[in-house]
Amino acid sequence: MAGKANRDAQTAGVPKESTRVEYGKTLAELGGENPDIVVLDADLSGSTQTSRFARLYPERFFNVGIAEQDLMGTAAGLAVGGKIPFASTFAIFAAGRAWEQIRQTIAYGHLNVKIVASHGGLTVGEDGGSHQALEDLALMRVLPNMVVLVPADGPETRAMVRWAAAYDGPVYIRTSRLPFPVLHPPDHQFHLGQGTIVREGTDVTLAGIGLMVHHCLEAARQLEAQGISARVLNLSCLKPLDWELVVDSARRTGALVTVEEHLVTGGLGSAVSEVVTDMYPVPVERLGVKDVFGQSGRPEELLQHYGLTPGDIVRAAQRVMQRRPGRPFS
Amino acid sequence: MELIADPERLRGLSRQVRRDIVEMIYRAGSGHVGGSLSATDLLVTLFFAHLRHGNGREPRDYFVLSKGHAAPALYAVLARLGHFPPEELLSLRRFGSPLQGHPDSGWLAGVEVPTGSLGQGLSVANGLALAARLNGTGQRVYVLLGDGEVQEGQIWEAAMTAAHYRLGHLTALLDRNRLQIDGRTREVMRLEPLAEKWRAFGWQVVEVDGHDPAAILAGLRELEHDAGTPGILIAHTVKGKGVSIFEDQVKFHGVAPTTEEYEQAMKELTGG
Repeated sequence: MAGKANRDAQTAGVPKESTRVEYGKTLAELGGENPDIVVLDADLSGSTQTSRFARLYPERFFNVGIAEQDLMGTAAGLAVGGKIPFASTFAIFAAGRAWEQIRQTIAYGHLNVKIVASHGGLTVGEDGGSHQALEDLALMRVLPNMVVLVPADGPETRAMVRWAAAYDGPVYIRTSRLPFPVLHPPDHQFHLGQGTIVREGTDVTLAGIGLMVHHCLEAARQLEAQGISARVLNLSCLKPLDWELVVDSARRTGALVTVEEHLVTGGLGSAVSEVVTDMYPVPVERLGVKDVFGQSGRPEELLQHYGLTPGDIVRAAQRVMQRRPGRPFS
Repeated sequence: MELIADPERLRGLSRQVRRDIVEMIYRAGSGHVGGSLSATDLLVTLFFAHLRHGNGREPRDYFVLSKGHAAPALYAVLARLGHFPPEELLSLRRFGSPLQGHPDSGWLAGVEVPTGSLGQGLSVANGLALAARLNGTGQRVYVLLGDGEVQEGQIWEAAMTAAHYRLGHLTALLDRNRLQIDGRTREVMRLEPLAEKWRAFGWQVVEVDGHDPAAILAGLRELEHDAGTPGILIAHTVKGKGVSIFEDQVKFHGVAPTTEEYEQAMKELTGG
């Protein structure tokens, strides 16, 4: 509980913003700037926040009803017709239900469709395992041509959505139900394929996406109190991954921890491990959900149960440092 | 290009396209001969007699081959329209060929989106129709569906969307050849009453003989009278049409003809 008290102290007074709300607001702004932007939803426009666009530009908003496969196909057609479609629903329905539509038409056809999926990860909370997308990043990351992004705060969301509107090609952005503390400056710019060092350190690297970037920062503060210097990365551009930053971190710190609200297979942990294995082998600890589905609960209960608290990250950092070459397992 | 209204010229073009299809698939050693031949008169009539190709002041209409396995028929039509030399048809399914086994927009201009996984083209056509409306271009959208294909649930999602958004400038052509890979549609998964289903979903339905160019043309024109209702042309066809040994044979869904079968097919298609 000391960790929780510490975290509360650290984040007290830090403003919070919701990535899905910032998506909705940015989309509404873009609607006024670019008449080619169109928005589609599958009966979740209040939750995904596309309703903000729908109120302002009803003639460019298409609700296809509870039909995610049709959502993706219709978005594809609008893209071929020269529009810039943003298609939104919950992450599990976008990446899961409509995966093959995304694969066959949008990714294979390299179509200019932006899939912005809300309610990613465990922090969906009480709706339970059926609604907690823990597989979406893996499902999107395996698709050729697909860009996969997970913003860690409001400014990053706004920058990513604006970037996606200007980029010609398919993009998947995962937003979240919960608000996150604001980390980036208001004028933050997104650059494809670039990760960011949000805290410098030399002994171990903590790499996160989404809410877990904030937990990594808190873990780094706790590690500092133990005399361990942790570098913290925000790898919000999951694909294409900033492999140079990952290799640099492996070289400089010799050990990495990855943290994500996702299965440990296929997402950030896999992406980082692939780079490290290919280019600069060092020990990696992957924190995430391990081959099980989620369940109902308050977000903090779920994060604790599945081992995604700052304390879990601290322990993973200690473990992975023990695994560095020349150090015996303890 | 000039549209062709003369049914006899269209029949002659269909015979040429059928020869192309048989030749391509025979040379490739694989491909979907039955569903390509059943759709031939629909595609020839649509492309040579009806669809606007965007020449001069006319808008360019869109076409989506939702039953992507009929790619040989589409390729032959595009070649005979002059999109590429007919000799290139013989590269069907070969490594590096723009004529992929199923249509791929990344390889071949004239293909709007990749298809081949069934059930998705109607949604794409809806999106194109919505874009055309927003763009104010007056473009129409055509999509060719297989009959077995409408067993896919997404088709009915898209059918609702087209009616809900009053996509009167969208026309689906349904190649009702009554066969699918595993057998007759009525045995694998019953489709009837098919016209009533589409009407119940808010569509205008016209049923025609899908091998009669004049009837196809009249049906397409009739469906375009109502500007607020999407239309579907249910075209009754024979799978493998034009080659007696292929006609209405389940086996010829997706196999290449043997040398004897090929020779007989070419004789029938040349003599007719």
